[in-house]
Amino acid sequence: MAATPLLELRGIGKSFGPVQVLRDVGLSVWPGEVTALVGDNGAGKSTLVKCISGIHTPDAGTVLFDGREVSIGSPRDAAGLGIEVLYQDLALCDNLDIVQNMFLGREIRWGGVLDEATMEEMAGETLRNLSIRTVASLRQPVSRLSGGQRQTVAIAKAVLWKSRVVILDEPTAALGVAQTAQVLEVVRRLADSGLGVVLISHNMNDVFAVSDRIAALYLGRTAAQVKVTDVSHAQVVELITSGTSGRSGAPS
Amino acid sequence: MSRPTVGGHLRDYWAGLRGGDLGTLPAVLGLLVLILIFGSARGETFLSALNFANLFNQSAQIVFIAMGLVFVLLLGEIDLSAGFGSGVCGAVMAILLTDHGLPWTVAIPAAMCTGVVIGIVLGLLVAKLGIPSFVVTLAAFLGFQGVLLTLLGGGRNVAINDEFVTSLNNGTLSVRASWLLAVAGVAGFALVRLLRWRGRVARGLVAEPIGLVLARIVGLAALVLPATWVLTLERAVNTQITSLKGTPIVVPVIVTFLVIGTFVLNRTTFGRHVHAVGGNVEAARRAGIAVDRIRVAVFAIASFMASIGGILVVSRQSSVDPNTGGSNILLYSVGAAVIGGTSLFGGKGKIIHAVIGGAVIIVIENGMTLLGLNSGVKFIFTGLVLLAAASVDALARRRAAASGG
Ligand SMILES: Nc1ncnc2c1ncn2[C@@H]1O[C@H](COP(=O)(O)OP(=O)(O)OP(=O)(O)O)[C@@H](O)[C@H]1O
Ligand SMILES: [Mg+2]
Repeated sequence: MAATPLLELRGIGKSFGPVQVLRDVGLSVWPGEVTALVGDNGAGKSTLVKCISGIHTPDAGTVLFDGREVSIGSPRDAAGLGIEVLYQDLALCDNLDIVQNMFLGREIRWGGVLDEATMEEMAGETLRNLSIRTVASLRQPVSRLSGGQRQTVAIAKAVLWKSRVVILDEPTAALGVAQTAQVLEVVRRLADSGLGVVLISHNMNDVFAVSDRIAALYLGRTAAQVKVTDVSHAQVVELITSGTSGRSGAPS
Repeated sequence: MSRPTVGGHLRDYWAGLRGGDLGTLPAVLGLLVLILIFGSARGETFLSALNFANLFNQSAQIVFIAMGLVFVLLLGEIDLSAGFGSGVCGAVMAILLTDHGLPWTVAIPAAMCTGVVIGIVLGLLVAKLGIPSFVVTLAAFLGFQGVLLTLLGGGRNVAINDEFVTSLNNGTLSVRASWLLAVAGVAGFALVRLLRWRGRVARGLVAEPIGLVLARIVGLAALVLPATWVLTLERAVNTQITSLKGTPIVVPVIVTFLVIGTFVLNRTTFGRHVHAVGGNVEAARRAGIAVDRIRVAVFAIASFMASIGGILVVSRQSSVDPNTGGSNILLYSVGAAVIGGTSLFGGKGKIIHAVIGGAVIIVIENGMTLLGLNSGVKFIFTGLVLLAAASVDALARRRAAASGG
């Protein structure tokens, strides 16, 4: 394991007007690991992600990337660092095909003209490296894909762009059993290839299936960040619902 | 991924159709049916070479406005001012030619620039102020009607006699040039398709089966060569006075813009981003696409294309009057794009739709006139056809939503 986390948040605070949504939140994301971010509805998970991705600017705290302090003022800054966020709505263009979606905004051109062949080759290779074999054709519009396939396309996009930290906000929320397993497999492979992965999920089975660490938010505070091997289902549920747990409770 | 076969492709196409992706199919079938109906009812006139050539000249304005509208419709926006916009641009050209005695080399670019400026203003109002395009262009529709009336000093009819301008939408190519154009067109298409096919095969990518590539090429040839043959027949009413044969000059003009527009939409980053913004604005924004700039650009393109439509209609009439680009021109143009297969909901559209849909509209207009039906019947029928096309669009969308994940 690397000596420093890939991404580290310290003392992050964020208010919307009088409402303080996040206070003194800490989070460490290690390369090669899946860090699950859990917490009840409204705990502030999505808000925290938006602070990392440059959609919101935190009022307080520091963000370290590769051990260096950085300021992320816009999604562009985040992308520049190699932080990719997959929101639940995914934001794929239904009318474009898989290759076109994966390269959207970063098209490869050859003399001013789109280089479709090269883009298709790169997209195909990325999907193969992630062992994604469930899509029949790279040239079908994503509107024809299943929810799980759409997720894998979005994940593959992050890999294609050499992201170093990938954050997934509830990627399996709308999926059935088989598709959830499929997506989790890809999430695991993503971490195994050396990326830092943050997985937001309400599903404890998913969390325990793929994560290395669990960070729990409770009412906008970090309740705990623990190794998955050190806690039980019940303890995590307790962290989520009350902010403390018998053994590993570390209220901040 | 299995090896592609013609059968497999047909199955994919069928799956696409069932999924609601009808493309140009309804319009092409409709066009065939209409031609059969009018051809059997009024064969001697409707199917004459003279009438066939006439269809191109008659449709030029609508087709050009519709080609521009495809860009706007791809974003899910609308430009209701394109009809009178084309009239204003045509008037600018006519006034510069006559009142100011300027050559066409000045008047035509001036008309085109007018179009671009109009489009940029409309686009900025939509993109920066956030006014719905329906409202902005409805206001512009009224405004341009007034501008046209003012430019023409009340109800003046400005006649032009510039030879070049008049020839644009009245003249014909020589028989030799007509054949050269047809052969070069088919050969060019074949070359592009075959090179693309070879390139993909060479790189080990999934390519269309060669049989399908050849079928497309043969299909185009089977369309273009007989059409050229008909257009090169003598079609002067009184051959003692004049001779009239050859492809109308407006045909290569339309084809040129068809090719450029298709290239821009399919092969450039800009075109890809237009599709993306039309498909999912949020996704486009997150991908770093300057959404506002795309919005302004499509309105500029639409008004530019409308300006060419205006130039061509003034050329055809050899004059401009306060109703040039008025009455149902705009509605016919929107209808052409939608009938051709462009979606009103954004994200789906091709330049060829404007041409095929424009052909449907003009064939109805022309055929029903030859049948001696009055305008009332024509409007009702055209309205029903447009309604049918819009229903196909809406149903396709529902099917796609139902089948997609
Ligand atoms: N832009 C905003 N303005 C005001 N309040 C906001 C804003 N965004 C989020 N909030 C509030 O912040 C709190 C945390 O919201 P957030 O979406 O981060 O929760 P979450 O942990 O992602 O919940 P869920 O599991 O339901 O997705 C909520 O109470 C929400 O109402
Ligand atoms: Mg959330």
